[in-house]
Order: sequence, then structure tokens, then C-alpha cells
Amino acid sequence: MKLLDYRIATNQLRTARILSIKPESRTVKTFTFKDRQCTKAEPGQFLMLWIPGVDEIPLSILDAGKNSMVSVTVKKVGEATEVLHSREVGETIGIRGPFGNSFTVKTGRILMVSGGTGTAPLLFLAKNLASKTVELVFTIGARTKDELLFMDKLKRILVGKKTQLIATTEDGSYGTKGLATTVLEALLAKEKFDMIYTCGPEQMMRKVFDLAEKYGISLEASLERLMRCAIGLCGSCVIGRYRVCRDGPVFTAEQLKEVEEEFGVSKRDFDGRKIPLEQGLK
Amino acid sequence: MVIQSLKINRLHVDLAGLKLVNPTMLASGILGLSADSLSNVVSGGAGAVVTKSVGLEPRKGYTNPTIIQASCGLVNSVGLPNPGINEFVKEIREAKILGVPVIVSVYGFSAEEYAVVAKKAVDAGADAVELNISCPHVKKTGSEIGQNPKVLAEVVRKVKASVGKPVFVKLSPNITDIAEIAEVSTNAGADALTVINTVKAMVIDTETAMPMLSNKTGGLSGPAIKPIAVRCVYEIYERVKVPIVGCGGITSWSDVVEFILAGATAIQIGTAIALKGPNVFMTVTRGIDAYLKRKGFESVNEIVGLSHRN
Repeated sequence: MKLLDYRIATNQLRTARILSIKPESRTVKTFTFKDRQCTKAEPGQFLMLWIPGVDEIPLSILDAGKNSMVSVTVKKVGEATEVLHSREVGETIGIRGPFGNSFTVKTGRILMVSGGTGTAPLLFLAKNLASKTVELVFTIGARTKDELLFMDKLKRILVGKKTQLIATTEDGSYGTKGLATTVLEALLAKEKFDMIYTCGPEQMMRKVFDLAEKYGISLEASLERLMRCAIGLCGSCVIGRYRVCRDGPVFTAEQLKEVEEEFGVSKRDFDGRKIPLEQGLK
Repeated sequence: MVIQSLKINRLHVDLAGLKLVNPTMLASGILGLSADSLSNVVSGGAGAVVTKSVGLEPRKGYTNPTIIQASCGLVNSVGLPNPGINEFVKEIREAKILGVPVIVSVYGFSAEEYAVVAKKAVDAGADAVELNISCPHVKKTGSEIGQNPKVLAEVVRKVKASVGKPVFVKLSPNITDIAEIAEVSTNAGADALTVINTVKAMVIDTETAMPMLSNKTGGLSGPAIKPIAVRCVYEIYERVKVPIVGCGGITSWSDVVEFILAGATAIQIGTAIALKGPNVFMTVTRGIDAYLKRKGFESVNEIVGLSHRN
């Protein structure tokens, strides 16, 4: 009994072949593979992807369900992701997970605020929620038009007069010129929402959090930190007293208030030291 | 923070001068790099906490994968990531408000380094230090020191000479005769022994024919190593007088009792937190208390080493 207890089924590393690779932008690709455990993943959960001989990295799940197919969206940001981008269909990767909690399901008037690859888990969530919500407004931000991810998919999901898709680009090449948060203040000033879900660069999420506090709206944000064990043991991903891998990655506004000093400000490096968040963390 | 029921006298333990409200401690390497995470473990009922191992200089540790699931435990080779003692003293000072003894795990690449780091830890408020002479996955420290009696004795002596607090030595099972190393440690002045660190191990993926850990080999923890650890505690109890802290695969109260019967005064839990969460300390402590009551013992100290009576 006790021995069996110990096997955390989702934590067992297993291999899978890459079944398809879809370029999403010049620096972002979506990888699809078959994995039974991750089929049960909920929006917001993440997996650990092993690139044999190179590294193992946390990735939020873009989609899971049909025929055990699982997809993750990866931006080229360092050595590991660069190698992964050079991988081809048929090559082997390793998978652990799904890990962490997921976004809670609310069906009232919903606002989603995404930036960069942070759009992936929110697209997953929007897909599940779109038909059930009273209202769904999705704002997506990127530097340029080319970097706006999943626009086609979002347009397909966000149909009907109770939905709205608002895109912003920093260079004005598409949608409103500015940051995702630029349009947010105006939006919150004129409309009432029951819930804000956000995922993207942490400085962006911090601004969204501050606005949500100002307007008294519930919020959930999905955080990213350096991960090692993914099961709440090693402490690499801690923010305040929370382990992002186990207590998160989705945190409520109340929890984020507790870690206000770190949220959007600092993270822990490989050696455990607190360092400032880089600008534009994916 | 600690629940009243866990404060009953029956469970109080004196560990080399440290006063513990119950015999459960957080093992080194788990959630021990920040005072905030240690506070979760204390809320979960731990009677004392041991920090992650700290050295003189910052270390980034190894590339992932660093922790791999085996059938009855975990194999890890994290590579001693830590911010270095000069940075870590802040966390030690903060951890002091938690209300339980804080033991700082220390490693070094020489006896002098161990002594310098230990002194800085104690100066920052550590109630004791635990010498990591048993990490199986970093070269020129850890078990490479623990497997060499001469070097080990020098490390313990130098640390003892530099700090006025209890010195724990955490032993490696990756050795022919662990009781001999236990004697070397106590003869050199160790005040307590932590038994055991992880068992050197590895996992290979059959599809890619590749070792899964980036460091290839690592240390096995979890239920798989519990019988090994119990045997080590038993053998050491017959040879040394200092208190023993049992460690290795503890998940339930009966595991704890087994270690105490083998000769442990207190125990440490690490891997079980992955499954049972930080409250595992409270859960096993309640179980120990119920056992003591049922068996008619007035103190947990009465059962230390009881299995040796025959």
C-alpha cells in the first residue's frame, strides 16, 4: 500500500514522438504529441518536457483531450528551446505531468488578458468557456503583428455578440497601438466584469492585478518560475511561501497580495538568489 | 502556529541540547532555501528544520532533469544549488522567528571551507549545523569527504573548533561500514549523527538509451531506502553514544516508530512531502503519540533503541 502510494502516476517520465510541429510566429512553434496522462490536463496546468541530453523545461499546456493529443507552445528563449525548435516530427521527447492547479471555471462576465506565449493557456481556457459565459472579452498583446499568437483560433472561438477580441501591438502594426494594459483601464472604467484571467509577462500581469484591485474584480494569474522537481519538493520555484509548481501556477488576487513584494518584481535564480524579473520574460 | 496537541510532553525530545516539541524534522534539501518555505514546514508541524546545504560560494546546480521518479522513490541530482553563505545568512536570520530549532546544512570543498561556512551560519543564528559529507552527486565534497576517514575527522574537528553550537554529521550509506564512519565522526567531536543521506542510484530511459538525470547518477530517496536506513541506524546505535537522527523514506508514523526503535532520537522527512504535503509532520506526530499512549509509554525517549534489548 504505502509503496504504491508513492508513485505519483503523472510524475513518471515517459517518452513520446513529436507528431506535428506548427510555426506560430518567427520565434514560436507548437509541438503536438500523444500522451495519456496529459489528456486529463485542465487549462492552466503545465508539463515538464525533456529534450534528451539537453534539458527539461516547464511548459503550459495549449490543448489536451482529443485522441490523447497534447500540444505545447514554445518560444525560442534560450539553449533548450532553441534545440527543441530544431527538432523534427518523429523525434523523441520526454514528458512528466500534468502538474499544478488550473484556472477555476467562472461563467459570468469574463475578461482574459494575455501577452506573448501566455496566450496558450488562456486560449485553452477560452475554448472551454466560450459557450458558457455571459460575456467574454479577450485582450491579446504583442510587440508586433507577427508576434500576435493564435489570432485565427481566437477569432473562431470568439464569435457572437457576447464576445470580443481586442488586440494591441507596441508598434501599432495591428489593432490598438500600445500595451495590453493600455486598453484595459478604459475597458474596466466602462464595463463590469466578474473575473479576470491573465497570463503573460509578469510585469504585465502585475499591472492587470493592480487594475483588478483598483476596480475590485476577482483575478487569477498564471505564474512562471524556474522549475526543477515540479512536485513541490525542491523549492526552486517559490514565491513567498507558495510553490508555483504545486500551489500554483494559477494564483488568486488574494494570494498575489500576500506576495506583492515579489510578484512582478523578482524571481529566484538557479542558485536560489532573488533576482529582478527580466523585462519581457516570456 | 504549532497545534497544541503536538506540544504534549510525551513527544518532547532533547537532541544534543536542542529542544524539539516533537521528534520530526525537515530533511535537508527540501524547500530549505528560503525562510518563507521553511515557515510552511513549521506550520505543518515540524519540530525542527534543516536548511538546504549551503557552501561558501553560490552554485547554480545541474541542468534538468535533476529529479526523476523511480518505482519506490525519487532519484535526484540537483547539484547543491545555493546562494552562498554570505547571501543565505539573511534567510537564517528570518528563519529564527519560526520558533523551532534551525539547523543549517553545510558543505565545503575543504575542512577550512566547512568551518568558515559553519561559523557564519552560527553567527547568523543557526541553532546547530549539519555537515553534508554524504551528497552523492557533487565531486570533491559530500560523500567524497564522508568516505575518507582522515579528511572527515579533520572536517569535523575544524568545524567543532570554530562553532559553539551542536555539530551534526550526515552520513552516507554508500560505504562498506557505516558504523565505522559514525565512530570516526563522533571521535572527532560530532554531537549527533543524521543517518542516512540518499543512496547512489541511476535511471536510464529505454527509448533513447540515455541516463535520465543530466548528471547521469544521483541519490535515491523515498520508501525504497527505508530498510537500508533502519539497518544503518541500528548498527550505529550499537557503536556510538551520541543521538542519531533517522532519515530515509519515512512516510508514516509507523516508519518513525521503527527508526526510533532502531535507535534514533529524532527523524527527518523529505521526499514524503511531495505526496503528503507539509502537514505530513503533524500527521506522523499524532500517530506516534497514539502509539505511545496505546503502548503505555510516558515519553518517546523510552522507546529509543528498544529493539536492541534482546
